Amino acid sequence: MTPHLVLRIVAKLLIPLIVIFGLYVHFHGDYSPGGGFQAGVIIAAAVILYALIFGVENAKRAVPTWFVKFLAAFGVLLYGGTGVATLVLGANFLDYDVLHPDLAHHSGQHIGIILVELGVLSTVFSVMMAIFYAFAGRAPDIPEGEW
Amino acid sequence: MIEIIAERFNFVIVIILMMTGLYAVVATGNLVKRLVGLSLFQTSVFLLYITMGKVFGGQPPILPEYSEGHGENDAYAGEAAAAVTDHAAEAADIAESAASHGETVHHAAEAIYSNPLPHVLILTAIVVGVATLSVGLALVVRIRESYGTIEDEAINHADYAVDSARRNT
Amino acid sequence: MEFLASLLPASLVTHAPAIIVVTPLMMAAVAAIMPNGRLGWAVTLISTIVSALLALAIIVDVQTGGVVSYAMGGWAPPAGIEFRIDGLNAVLLMVIGALGLLSVIYALPSVADEIEEKKQSLFYSAFLVCFAGLIGVAITGDAFNMFVFLEISSISTYVLVGMGASSDRRALTAAYNYLVLGTIGATFFVIGVGFLYMATGTLNMADMATRLPDLSDSRVVQAAFAFIIVGLGLKAAMFPLHLWLPNAYAYAPNFVTSFLASTATKVAFYTLVRFLFDVFWPEAPFVEVSFLWVFAILGIIGMIVASVQAVFQDDARRLLAFSSVGQVGYMMLGLGMGTAAGLSAGMLHLINHSMMKGALFMALGAFAIRFGIRRISDLNGFARSMPFTSVAFTIGGLSLVGVPMTVGFWSKWYLGVAALENGWWWAVAALILSSLIALAYVARMLAAIWVAEPHHDKAGAIAHARAPWLMLGPLWVLAIANVWFFFQPDFLISMANAAAEAAFSGGAR
Repeated sequence: MTPHLVLRIVAKLLIPLIVIFGLYVHFHGDYSPGGGFQAGVIIAAAVILYALIFGVENAKRAVPTWFVKFLAAFGVLLYGGTGVATLVLGANFLDYDVLHPDLAHHSGQHIGIILVELGVLSTVFSVMMAIFYAFAGRAPDIPEGEW
Repeated sequence: MIEIIAERFNFVIVIILMMTGLYAVVATGNLVKRLVGLSLFQTSVFLLYITMGKVFGGQPPILPEYSEGHGENDAYAGEAAAAVTDHAAEAADIAESAASHGETVHHAAEAIYSNPLPHVLILTAIVVGVATLSVGLALVVRIRESYGTIEDEAINHADYAVDSARRNT
Repeated sequence: MEFLASLLPASLVTHAPAIIVVTPLMMAAVAAIMPNGRLGWAVTLISTIVSALLALAIIVDVQTGGVVSYAMGGWAPPAGIEFRIDGLNAVLLMVIGALGLLSVIYALPSVADEIEEKKQSLFYSAFLVCFAGLIGVAITGDAFNMFVFLEISSISTYVLVGMGASSDRRALTAAYNYLVLGTIGATFFVIGVGFLYMATGTLNMADMATRLPDLSDSRVVQAAFAFIIVGLGLKAAMFPLHLWLPNAYAYAPNFVTSFLASTATKVAFYTLVRFLFDVFWPEAPFVEVSFLWVFAILGIIGMIVASVQAVFQDDARRLLAFSSVGQVGYMMLGLGMGTAAGLSAGMLHLINHSMMKGALFMALGAFAIRFGIRRISDLNGFARSMPFTSVAFTIGGLSLVGVPMTVGFWSKWYLGVAALENGWWWAVAALILSSLIALAYVARMLAAIWVAEPHHDKAGAIAHARAPWLMLGPLWVLAIANVWFFFQPDFLISMANAAAEAAFSGGAR
């Protein structure tokens, strides 16, 4: 019988729910408290919970360090890229209205906000994971029997 | 006296937290406790902004006619802020400005909207606080690995010993 | 200069205020994933060149067209965030752009020598974030946005200073203390901005300037003023709040120190000027009191005490760091006069000091390559083998003292003239006294370089020391600038006067 059975099973049930909640918070940032930063932290909390229960090594196999590094840079470039796209389309920096011609329903604003919030989500999630890996990876993992 | 504290309750809490945080930064010798005090100090500032921005009876700042995205909200934020603080600008004192935020909110449109701007400012400040805290903790981890201790006095002692040894060579 | 600026396409120039901040930020993300240090440096160099050219374009635009205003996201101010450049920021843009470019050219050999290979690209990434943050502080017109950019630049500065730990582990405690003090300063600033928002209902600095004069009796506004000047004074290393600076400059990598010494405190000083003269108005009673009793007095105390402390230092870079605190005192004295002449002299000293200190720290870095310079006696005997670097160092040192034939003379001259116009003979006496003290510590270092014999065990290595061309180039550009601007000071003086005029004409549209 593996130790900490209750913790493992409850974590396996909860982690997908936490990720879904994080995505909910992200997509509803337009209408209720939420947005990229909060969602990034919630999803990072899910992965950190996994790392706490199952070990940092297993977490690093699920979300590898090279992926975290890439995602951080990608998020910043996505945000900046949206701004550059608005510049190229002729308006001021981050003027989302030019991203879509339908001004009555402000589709340009919707598209712009979703893109930048996605960038924020990626960067915040990967930075939180990077901080956790940097700190947790320094001390040796406590072996199972020693808990 | 009690009325003043009861009315300005939020400011009292802000001041208590702020002073506690600053005292922790100054009085402790442990590096991690100093960061905890810094965090407490920053949290008091968040409370200051949020409680200052409270509009009693306010609804989420979204136009009711057609459920648009927040293209309107920025303009409304500006108007709501201007309307609410028009009264604040007449005041001459913290007390009056706090009271007018709460009570005498007039608004040109049909509904009273809460002010989203302080919340946005605080989100940004929270992110800044998280970044500062993580850089601080990373420095503490490196200091611990390098000096073997996180007590301020022991670190100063080690530096002074190295310095005087170097001076004597 | 107009010719260089006209090479850029017009569409780029209209969006220059956004691009000048966004390019270093996005290139920072690119630099972070570069596999080795050279590629990271290449990305940094490209991005710094772009920013420097755009800064040039903006400065020309301001000189010909007046205030440049750029609404982010198309949202018009005061509801939206705007980037606003007038004569006052143009000076800062010039300083940050020019010194950033020179420092980055200087960086390749210096960083390759001092930072481990696998961390170099991350180091350059942090530098680009700091650069973007400093430019952002200089050009933004929104008070809370200024706090955000100030913290962006500060947090990356803590990281950059901490990277000096590979040569001296005291960099870690220096970075930590800088972090704690800097965060307290920034938090005081944001408390002040919160009070101003409470009182005026707007975060746009130009808009605040129109609303504040009606509120001069409000305690909220006075409390905001107090918090803001303490917070920004800490970032600018005003006298009693300067304790983070000596250790941070002494133990950071050489490239970081030469960049920070020429830009970071200057940007914080600019924010002080902006708030004192633009947002708050100088005739307000509480502001007027602070000019003499806070800025001028603390400036003079800082000048003298910090220079005296510099004389007794053993560590070469710590000596120059204390000297920096003293020079900030000069700028505070210029600010404290409260007149356009005084402010203009302070801004002139800001420009000159960035040239002087940039040259001095770059020269120390050139001496230090492959060696590490700790104490002043480590500098013994370098003149024989590295004459170019030693002459450049000497020019910088003489400029620091204010000897005629170097540009430092002009800023002390104008400060003295402005003080006499104000009737402050005691300020002139303090200026002369601190220049004499500066002569003492500069002479110590020059004696070590030119006169003293190298230590026996190092004599052979010192005799073969050479500085790479990439380090000598920017160093000599700055050293020649120090001499050339003595003979042609008109450009600098006109920029400083334009800055003072922009500050006094206020932020009203």
